[in-house]
Amino acid sequence: MAGAPLAEHAPAAGHDEGHHDVRPVRKTAMWVFLGSECVFFGAMISTFLLYRSNTNGGIGSEIFDIPFTSASSFVLLMSSLTMVLAHGAYYGGDLRQARVWLAATALLGTTFLAGQIFEFSEFIHQGLTLTSSPFGSAFYMLTGFHGAHVAVGVLLLGSMFLLSLGGRLYDDRGLNVELVGLYWHFVDIVWIVIFTVVYLLQQP
Amino acid sequence: MAERAHPTPGMYWLIAAVLAVITAAEIAVPQISAFDGAPRVLLLIGLGALKFGAVVAFFMHLRFDKPLYRNLFLVGLFGAIPIFTVVLLTFTAF
Amino acid sequence: MALMADTQRTLSPGPRGVWGWLTTVDHKRIGLLYAVTAALFFFIGGVEALLVRMQLFQPNGEVLSSDAYNQLFTMHGLTMVFLVIMPIAAAFTNYFLPILVGARDVAFPRLNAFSYWLFLFSGLLVYSSFLVGGAPDGAWVGYAPLSTQLEEVVRMDFWTVGLQLLGVASIASSANFIATVFTMRAPGMTMLRMPVFVWMALVVAFLLIFSLPAVGIGLFQLFIDRNFGGLFYAAEAGADPLLWQHLFWVFGHPEVYVLILPAMGIVSEVLPVFSRKPLFGYPFIVFSGAAIGFIGFGVWSHHMFTSGMGPIAEAGFGVATMIIAVPTGVKIFNWIGTTWGGRIRFSTPMLFSLGFIAMFVIGGLSGVTHSVIPADTQQHDTYYVVAHFHYVLFGGAVFGYVAGVYYWFPKWTGRLLDESLGKLHFWLALIGFNLTFGPMHILGLNGQPRRTYRYGENLGWDFWNQIATIGAFIILVSFLVFAWNIISSHFLRRGRPAGRDPWDGRTLEWTIESPPPVHNFDEVPQVHALDEFWHRKYAEDDEGRAVRMPDVTGGAVTVETDSGGDGDAHGDIHMPSPSYYPALASAGLVTMGAGFVYLPWGWLAVGVGAVISMWAFFGWSLEPITREH
Repeated sequence: MAGAPLAEHAPAAGHDEGHHDVRPVRKTAMWVFLGSECVFFGAMISTFLLYRSNTNGGIGSEIFDIPFTSASSFVLLMSSLTMVLAHGAYYGGDLRQARVWLAATALLGTTFLAGQIFEFSEFIHQGLTLTSSPFGSAFYMLTGFHGAHVAVGVLLLGSMFLLSLGGRLYDDRGLNVELVGLYWHFVDIVWIVIFTVVYLLQQP
Repeated sequence: MAERAHPTPGMYWLIAAVLAVITAAEIAVPQISAFDGAPRVLLLIGLGALKFGAVVAFFMHLRFDKPLYRNLFLVGLFGAIPIFTVVLLTFTAF
Repeated sequence: MALMADTQRTLSPGPRGVWGWLTTVDHKRIGLLYAVTAALFFFIGGVEALLVRMQLFQPNGEVLSSDAYNQLFTMHGLTMVFLVIMPIAAAFTNYFLPILVGARDVAFPRLNAFSYWLFLFSGLLVYSSFLVGGAPDGAWVGYAPLSTQLEEVVRMDFWTVGLQLLGVASIASSANFIATVFTMRAPGMTMLRMPVFVWMALVVAFLLIFSLPAVGIGLFQLFIDRNFGGLFYAAEAGADPLLWQHLFWVFGHPEVYVLILPAMGIVSEVLPVFSRKPLFGYPFIVFSGAAIGFIGFGVWSHHMFTSGMGPIAEAGFGVATMIIAVPTGVKIFNWIGTTWGGRIRFSTPMLFSLGFIAMFVIGGLSGVTHSVIPADTQQHDTYYVVAHFHYVLFGGAVFGYVAGVYYWFPKWTGRLLDESLGKLHFWLALIGFNLTFGPMHILGLNGQPRRTYRYGENLGWDFWNQIATIGAFIILVSFLVFAWNIISSHFLRRGRPAGRDPWDGRTLEWTIESPPPVHNFDEVPQVHALDEFWHRKYAEDDEGRAVRMPDVTGGAVTVETDSGGDGDAHGDIHMPSPSYYPALASAGLVTMGAGFVYLPWGWLAVGVGAVISMWAFFGWSLEPITREH
């Protein structure tokens, strides 16, 4: 890692004649947003728990392929590592290495999404669809919305990567990368909950 | 309160290794018939919570950052959990 | 002087005319946009209510078809909650929250503009339904499975999509306000020196940010059921439609406090000024406001006592509902304590604030009767409930916001509203309001169901329904007086010039010009106390009476700094530049929303809208906040 973090510039009390430190402002908003997302996913997870055995006489949780999902969960989990390494590299001023980790994170995220698409098509092929039962509706909505969050994250990471090629984004010790990172880790911890609640706990 | 120093990359790799070990344990627990029933559920929830906490505390820097961020997030998290627990209980328990 | 001219250029309010308003990121202009838009929707929602009242004027009414009636009461509820009271609260919060904490703008000025445009466009989207085959007609609560099964497929989709987008706008502005309060306060402005209005706005922001996602999920589920064959609320497939009621009221009950708390904040600002006394028990008012917000998340099921949840859940939620009356009562007593022994001036803002307290007490008490479950079972879905929530939301919230308009209008426009017309407005509104909604208690206890289109002749409901309809028209007259007052004072320039501090105010907004300059404060104020401005104007004598300090005149002294400075500070003020990306981004999102209403061929509009909003968001994120001049 290239040296110690850059010197802290003393944040004034919120704002200092127009030049206020945007760091705490943006991070506060991001954390508020993530708190709000807890309720968002909480509502979907409870819907799934309510309907976990409402299979309408069709396919239920026995359809899950635990080894496969474990592998894709692990991929997403490790993308959190690469994400935090990217942020650390930015923070330390090593832009080149940060770029590598950003690309790795986006790649791992894409791999996870590909796994989810494969899983969905497999399930639909076997007869579990959005319209086959309340269980199906709840399952596809929860994992689908999570997948949409991952897709947005991949999009953000891709933009970060492209911007970093032009040397942009280095403002304020990679604050933007840090914010995208917070979002990315949150998407990861939501999957940790989904993996436990939806997959592992529903095994017979 | 100023932000405390961030962890080093070595620390991140260590956390990732711990996460990997916990994930392996999560996959193993349902295979062990001695844990069937309530112990399995409790173990899986506990292991999941460990992973959740590790990512939040270290990768999201919540351990090192301003307490404000932690509070904002925990209000959402610990607000959502009891509310939705009660919602689910009204369907079944009462 | 050259430096001053330079400052003027840096701080120009941006382009004029329509383009200026479309691209503004100034929290004050956005606040005014919210206010004007809410006023227009208030007129529309009022007309809808009057049509409903005309239909009910006599038995077997013939004014409306049942279909039109269903659309009108649905749109009346949706309009008044989401397009009137929430935005008027947002108007006050936008305009005054930054000023009251001594900031030059909100934390994210462009996000703020985005919230406004998304609100406006979503409101227009919902209202466009009248032009294309009918408005939503499944009540503002949209209970499943009625809302998933209504014949006219498109109508309720306007409601699901419109509410979803309005929710996004509210979440964005709430995150904005929270970040502003936590990170942008002036030096010395500790949390417990913040005016009560700021505190209430903060609690409201938290309520919205943690409750809206629940109904957001419910709305997605309804939408999936209606359009993609989902089975979330399909009882025939083993699903439980009661889930919708939970998701809706987990949001819907905090929402009630979202509507009332800012009004309580305004009243808490008005009462001390017009009683010439500090607010009695400031920390109690603040913490009971926060307690209301907190407990407000634990009482949602009292809207569902007749849904068969079982005795334990019902008892629990009944008790929680009784408990939430306690912090509310604490506030009432503190307000009364504030006026007690004060030198009261009965100006219009004060009259409306006192009206607020009286009407809110009545509404609060009838609310407590709902927590008694056997009584609630009798009252559920009758006009008694309609009476209750109009006492808290009209006699309560709307009176509070009207007090806010009279109180802060001089700060907005530089001119005072006419006091005689204001008093006429108040008394007409008070009488009309009680004539309209008072009798509904009786009608409800006599069994008149809510949302019924007609009633028979022999039920004994004729007289009170006629009184209620007459009262509704008196309310109309009172608000026409109000509208004339605003037109005459501002647009015809007949209002008395206000100066900086027309009411002998206590808080920071009265230290600056009316209307305030674009950067609010020439120099960021240093705050030493609660009621900062009062303490700059008054000292206490030996007996604790307020004595005006001799060298301070009506707010001419704004900040305590060594004014020998050469104005360096002015030159350093950089306000954010205007941007059209926020309006463009919200236009893109609402285009997507309109597409979702008209699936499947609406996918085209969804795609177009997605491209527009992506373009806008990228442009937004790459555009510097302050462009070089």
